Amino acid sequence: MAEHSGMVEKRGAGLWLTHLGLIIGVAFIFFPIWLAFVASTVSQPEIVRPPMPLLPGDQFFENYSKALTAGINAPVALMLGNSLFMALGIAIGKIAISLLSAFAIVYFKFPGKKLFFWLIFLTLMLPVEVRIVPTYEVIANFGMLNSYQGLILPLIASATATFLFRQFFMTVPDELAEAARVDGAGPMRFFFDILLPMSRTNIAALFVILFIYGWNQYLWPLLITTDPSMNTIVMGIKQMFPSGDDIADWPVIMATSILAMVPPVLVVVGMQKLFIRGLVESEK
Amino acid sequence: MATLTLNNVKKSFGKTDVIHGVSIDIEDGEFIVIVGPSGCGKSTLLRMVAGLETITDGEVQIGGRRVNEEEPMARDIAMVFQNYALYPHMSVFDNMAYGLKIAKVPRSEIETRVAQAAKLLQLEPYLTRKPRELSGGQRQRVAMGRAIVRKPAVFLFDEPLSNLDAKLRVQMRLEIRALQRELGVTSLYVTHDQVEAMTMADRMIVMNGGVADQIGKPLEVYANPATEFVAGFIGSPPTNFLSGALLGRASGIKLGVRPEHMRLFDTGPLRARTTYCEALGAETLVHLTCADGTQVTVRQDAAAPFPQEGAEVGLGWSSEHEMTFDASGPRI
Repeated sequence: MAEHSGMVEKRGAGLWLTHLGLIIGVAFIFFPIWLAFVASTVSQPEIVRPPMPLLPGDQFFENYSKALTAGINAPVALMLGNSLFMALGIAIGKIAISLLSAFAIVYFKFPGKKLFFWLIFLTLMLPVEVRIVPTYEVIANFGMLNSYQGLILPLIASATATFLFRQFFMTVPDELAEAARVDGAGPMRFFFDILLPMSRTNIAALFVILFIYGWNQYLWPLLITTDPSMNTIVMGIKQMFPSGDDIADWPVIMATSILAMVPPVLVVVGMQKLFIRGLVESEK
Repeated sequence: MATLTLNNVKKSFGKTDVIHGVSIDIEDGEFIVIVGPSGCGKSTLLRMVAGLETITDGEVQIGGRRVNEEEPMARDIAMVFQNYALYPHMSVFDNMAYGLKIAKVPRSEIETRVAQAAKLLQLEPYLTRKPRELSGGQRQRVAMGRAIVRKPAVFLFDEPLSNLDAKLRVQMRLEIRALQRELGVTSLYVTHDQVEAMTMADRMIVMNGGVADQIGKPLEVYANPATEFVAGFIGSPPTNFLSGALLGRASGIKLGVRPEHMRLFDTGPLRARTTYCEALGAETLVHLTCADGTQVTVRQDAAAPFPQEGAEVGLGWSSEHEMTFDASGPRI
């Protein structure tokens, strides 16, 4: 009995140590975010006067309502809406397209199947930045500058997601497709009734990753949106920085930064359970 | 319910011929087992009947109607797969109802049919469960249920019991057979297990290398194998084969004698050395080696005395139990 309790104590100490380590780590990462939050709740003179305050001030509602409704170039509410629309468009579009292309590659025989697969795979090596000039040219010629289509379409194809779904579909036993065929389900019926529900957790995991990918797009929106009403929030923060001798409205900029972080955090927290299940297990 | 006719059905993958022409007329309600070693084409044959493989040549008729070009659904068949192929995200009820839903059967009718099948298969308590919450035998039953609710003309079974443990296999074997008798649906059943074939079949097709070596009632096939392969494959332990040369007869022929028909004697012209004896309780298997190295098994009653290992004994049998085979296989 004595030995037993000794072991528990020992493990208890280890537990505390690991927690201490984690707490320090979290504090380290969280500190800048805390500073940004503090800065978004005080007034402009308080920020510029050293030392910087470490506790929240009383300007929370003033700063945030100013940011949301007026902003600097465009109201943050509008930019949040733009970002949300773009991120959702990219995430949903990518998932839809890659599900369908993976379905075609795994379940159908057609001439050039291998070639198409490798072509898709090759695009993995070409990130947006590499092909940004020709892409800009194409989008400009289509007259899609300053539009949601322009923001979403070029980013919508995804080799990674296609590859991921292809790998998942290949683990689905062939007999399942055959059983569906015997049951009288056509290819698309099989896709919607069986393959899609089976990929549920994978879709959720991808959605989280792709939503954040879309939300954090910076270079592309910066290139193709000149109209402030089409600004997305991530690039909008940069646009808020003053040029020349203007004075930066730091409390509003910081409030915008904090607001920009909220939706991805909500998506991750809300979908955490499905997300982890999608990455760890596959249901068969 | 319907007849099923295979008329010189052939299959090739590219230039490789896997089925060299199989013909059989299956009567309404008959239970036919296709048995053979792995790679003999038995599953391919079944899948051709199902419509999952194209038919290179020949004709498949269900209920007198040519179905070569029909989709599986239109052939009025139901299939039970080796790994059950249940839809993992659907409940047992939905698994069974899926085919009916696609066929746009009214909801009330679906419920009645699934309830009937569930009752028949003792699945009633599990209808809301997912397949992963079921045991192997229960999953097997769901797969059967999915086939039953469609009320097909023909049941196709592709080694449905090979994923079950030995005890459950024996039990499910009986259940499937009883169910088929009760429903009276024409069935085609593929297995590599000759015991399943012997116990379940009305008639069986013994396949070897893409050829139907013999088609017949199990006991007829056992008593009268058409080829050396059939004699060796059906029956456990397998038939003993002795070369003509060893027996002082025409060389090139082979003589087959079943283990239960061989007797041990103290003396006799054909001598063999005892390798080892397996006493199984009800019977004893005596394994021997002949002068030319041929392995022979003798099955005798447990009460009969058996020789010491290493002892030399004589072998004998009555001539009516002899089966003579040509060197290339067929019975003479």
